[in-house]
Amino acid sequence: MGDMARAATTADAFNAVAEPRRRELLDVLALGERPVNDLVAALGLAQPQVSKHLRVLREVGLVDVRDVGRQRMYRLNALPLKELHDWVLSYETLWTRRFDLLDEVVAELKAKEQDSGGDDE
Amino acid sequence: MAETTSSRKAVVTLPSDTEILITRVFDAPKHLVYRAWTTPEYIARWWVGDRGVATVVDVDLRVGGTWRYVMTANAGFEVAFHGEYHEVVPNERLVTTEVFEAMPDLPALNVCTFTEEDGRTTVTLLVRHTNKQARDTHLSYGMEGGMNEAFDKLEAIAISLA
Repeated sequence: MGDMARAATTADAFNAVAEPRRRELLDVLALGERPVNDLVAALGLAQPQVSKHLRVLREVGLVDVRDVGRQRMYRLNALPLKELHDWVLSYETLWTRRFDLLDEVVAELKAKEQDSGGDDE
Repeated sequence: MAETTSSRKAVVTLPSDTEILITRVFDAPKHLVYRAWTTPEYIARWWVGDRGVATVVDVDLRVGGTWRYVMTANAGFEVAFHGEYHEVVPNERLVTTEVFEAMPDLPALNVCTFTEEDGRTTVTLLVRHTNKQARDTHLSYGMEGGMNEAFDKLEAIAISLA
């Protein structure tokens, strides 16, 4: 996996946003670059908690940070997530369709079994 | 939470870098879901989704037996998958390999379980790949845009993470 810390992956990014507060942070950052104080105010959490969530998001590459004067400015880099999200959604759509059809088959089998008095099994 | 139509959706999650987990609840006992899952004439009806027509569904449902599904996709091309059953516990559990024949060097291991509670059956399908790239490639099968678009995306991600 490399000689330094394991590189963040798209799955890491995907899993990082399973946390609702981190989703909220990304929603706020989707509106533009923000200093940490704005994020603290927007989320209504204590700064250490917000910083912790920001650190996780930075580690998986979803948030970038830069210094502007004396402020640290955070911004969204959602591209890796978007790509994976598109894949998962599309894959989910395929399976949802398969399972809808499977429902139809199963309903038929159920009706057939009831007709035969359940002696099928 | 109130029951909504979304509860009928397949839920896809990524438990790790190399796995895909698909779950869904069916309103039927597990022996019926299992039958629909393993009987060729039924597989032909559901496995293709709305993406094509099944032309081959071979199932030799025993440990060491093989399966092969072939679909002619709506776009005209053919896609084929095959594998071998490693575990067969009727109405409970299936473990099989899965090879996408266009990419035979990326086999997956599928662990499928059927759990019944109050007459409803939860199906969980855990797809295990040997590495992340194979997993991501598999995930990209689902893309409507086809494999080229998927590979472009894969490359873009690889670059963005480099």
